[in-house]
Amino acid sequence: MSHPPSTNAPATLADRVAEATGESVFRCYQCGKCAAGCPLAAEMDYEPNQILRLLQLNLPGTEEEVLGSLAIWLCLTCETCAARCPQEVDLPRIMDYLRQESLQTGQAHPKAKDILAFHQAFLESIRKNGRLHEVGLISSYKLKTWHLLQDVGVAPKLLARGKLSLLPHGIAERGKVARIFEKCADTATTPTEKGAAP
Amino acid sequence: MKVGFFPGCSLEGSSREYHESLRAIAPALDLELCEVPDWNCCGATAAHTLNHKLALALPARILALAEQAGFTELLVPCSACLARLASTRDELTRNEALRREISAVIELPYAGTTRVLSVLDVLLTCARDGLKDRVRHPFAHKVACYYGCYLTRPARLAPCRRTEDPQEMDELMRAVGAEPIDWAFKVECCGAGLSVSRLETVAELSGRILADAAERGAEAIVVACPMCHTNLDLRRDAILRRRGTNWRLPVLYVSQVIGLALGLNERTLGLHRHHVPVRFPAAVTRQPMEVGAGRSASDGSGAAQRES
Repeated sequence: MSHPPSTNAPATLADRVAEATGESVFRCYQCGKCAAGCPLAAEMDYEPNQILRLLQLNLPGTEEEVLGSLAIWLCLTCETCAARCPQEVDLPRIMDYLRQESLQTGQAHPKAKDILAFHQAFLESIRKNGRLHEVGLISSYKLKTWHLLQDVGVAPKLLARGKLSLLPHGIAERGKVARIFEKCADTATTPTEKGAAP
Repeated sequence: MKVGFFPGCSLEGSSREYHESLRAIAPALDLELCEVPDWNCCGATAAHTLNHKLALALPARILALAEQAGFTELLVPCSACLARLASTRDELTRNEALRREISAVIELPYAGTTRVLSVLDVLLTCARDGLKDRVRHPFAHKVACYYGCYLTRPARLAPCRRTEDPQEMDELMRAVGAEPIDWAFKVECCGAGLSVSRLETVAELSGRILADAAERGAEAIVVACPMCHTNLDLRRDAILRRRGTNWRLPVLYVSQVIGLALGLNERTLGLHRHHVPVRFPAAVTRQPMEVGAGRSASDGSGAAQRES
């Protein structure tokens, strides 16, 4: 099955996925093996194969369903689906693309806000120090989400075991890492000097 | 064997015992670990989730620095870093235009000559090279070898040959006297990067792994990934609360088990840094003929030594 080329109409989400990732969602014949092995399928609003089906159908509203789904944010990229897919669809790679477009177009699911805040705090820490500073990551995550009391019991445990360093281990050329961020900048998804992503 | 070494951020912080134990066993294995100068974070899940270009550029800088330092092989002990570096190398090898683009972004030449090795690749080479002969105190315990995601997937790039039932860590554990159990959760995901943002999800997924290992009689779970360790060890209370059980089986890094078998001090191996206490001090893993004091050491002296 191949999808009709649309020369005048704006590219469908399936087309954009194919262009960015080289993956065709039309290879999927809905065997459901991805959903059967997915550790988070039970918590998803659409199971992995249903995401692919929505992309194949391309009916009015299906794009918004996909980009606004919680499923794309719950995906752990554990790669189990890709390892078992009889059609070798690289679903984790497709999920990465869907997350990026969902964020760029402001359609991220409201329940994904903590997951998103964590990823953004993570990248901010790397942009600033070149390496991850765990204390900085957690404080910045708490400020973004207002989960101020979460994991307060864990910090003393880590500290007592010598696993927390209060100051970041910055690298010598942290300016170069910050410049990599500038050059890859996409203000919707990546923190830059001018300000963190929304 | 001299090998390039990229520890990654976790090994400098919450998983420093993985780093300590690798450094501790290296001399006994004739392994020289040469750290990549001024390495940066690989970007982990955050980068590939949010920005594909950044997810290639950050690992590419590490690979380029390794190349510049003349390393033909690079040991990447963290499975998550390993997956990022291997995927980046793969994508940039297959796409020449992208390789040039990313090379410009990182402002470093990058040819893709440095091969990425997992801790299993390197330790197995040592094991086949006579590790067995250096074992002083066989780790005679039942262990659940837990591979998680990135030692087996993506299958094309991963170090383990059998995606659904890998054997490399099992072989390594047998080489130091352990008895790997047959179990069903070797390659299931622990919940990884959701440890902070969705702890209950992690407690559920890691709980299933722990349950299977415990119910099949494992005395320890052995891992080779900082995230797996964090979720099974540091997050143990959340797991036990969710499941209403009291499993105390500890989670050890492969390097720590090897270290114990080589007779190294448990403090040197960072065993005191675990959340779930580790009850395998070198003293009790000794063969009976070697220890006059016998097994009583397992209750008292080991714990006392840890607290000192």
